[in-house]
Amino acid sequence: MNGAGAGESGGSTVGWCAPEVSETFPELRIVTCEVRLERALSLTGSSPPALKERLRELSNRWAGAQAIMLRSQPVPAAYRVFFRHIGLDPDVQRTPLEEAVMRRLIDGGFLPRGLLEDVLLAALVDTGVAVWALDAGTLDGPLGLRLSSAGERLGRDDAKAPELQAGQLVVADASRALALLFAAPARRHCPRADSRRLALFSLQVPGVSTLHVEEALWSCRTTLQSLAQGL
Amino acid sequence: MVGTEQLSSDLRIGSDRKTGEDAARASLRAQVAHLERQLSQIVVAGYPYIHIHADAQPLDATVAGGPRLLTLGELERQRDALVERVRRLRRQSAIRAERERHARALLDEMRLEPGRYRFTRLPVADLGEGGCGVWEVRPRLGLIGMLAGWWQLTLSSGCPLPRARAAARA
Repeated sequence: MNGAGAGESGGSTVGWCAPEVSETFPELRIVTCEVRLERALSLTGSSPPALKERLRELSNRWAGAQAIMLRSQPVPAAYRVFFRHIGLDPDVQRTPLEEAVMRRLIDGGFLPRGLLEDVLLAALVDTGVAVWALDAGTLDGPLGLRLSSAGERLGRDDAKAPELQAGQLVVADASRALALLFAAPARRHCPRADSRRLALFSLQVPGVSTLHVEEALWSCRTTLQSLAQGL
Repeated sequence: MVGTEQLSSDLRIGSDRKTGEDAARASLRAQVAHLERQLSQIVVAGYPYIHIHADAQPLDATVAGGPRLLTLGELERQRDALVERVRRLRRQSAIRAERERHARALLDEMRLEPGRYRFTRLPVADLGEGGCGVWEVRPRLGLIGMLAGWWQLTLSSGCPLPRARAAARA
């Protein structure tokens, strides 16, 4: 992917955006970066104690009142507005941060769910910006945003893959749709336990600064790389 | 020649229409953003008594189709549904404010003339305050106060202890 070099040098890349999408949302961007792990981590295995401790610390920041106040803060509010603009009701299908905080209230804390998920969760709670991960080895070219076409399937071409409706906003590579916007990527493209090359991506919507998005990606990348280096 | 002029005129009209529709959609998106901010302000200001989930019906143009570019009609319907939702929450908020005002007036009267409000209980939640406390007019010194007409306003100590709740459940 195009972003591979940038990922290795520590930067991130803005992905492509189909004209019909950028005409409507000129400020919408998909920001990607590639992470190469020096040694295989068990990405689905248990997180190291330091990461679990970080989740515990983050859990202490959130109570019921903060969860409600969240919607008045600039970054979560920008995602709520964008949800409405793309036909999602954030009070029914929550934004990623609100979903995480709601789960924290129900579970009593940000419970560890596996190394990669925990890294992404910590970045989300820290910055308010969600980051998703894909197995870079399964991708065909750089990531971008476009509308799905009629009869297109998510993640692969066989009949078992979920079929998309025409005109849905998707994250895609050169050959196929990988995820609906703000939804989990197709399982086939999710990182496996031993994946060494990950493509991280995040969605910058109007009202969210580049700094927030860069920080979220940087946080995930540095955490994963330092864990792979055994630091 | 006439055909070419007609074609360019049609193209211009088509382009104007597209520009007009784009502008209308941008305007509707701005209205939706404004309404969403209003909705959030009402929910935040009314916490914990005003919540959207009591009201959470998916808006007309939402959810079923997943994330997509909304048409002019869908944006209009979404805007209208949001206006209705804001109006409903404002009404709830106003009812709540009125109830709190009444409760505060009652508390003032209970404080001034406790004898008129014997054993009247007023939860602090009715005053818009957090916690489980209850204002109550009780006789001073129990039976003696009751016979002598010594009434006082007291505030209960707050939420039940967890062990009391556990015992009640058992």
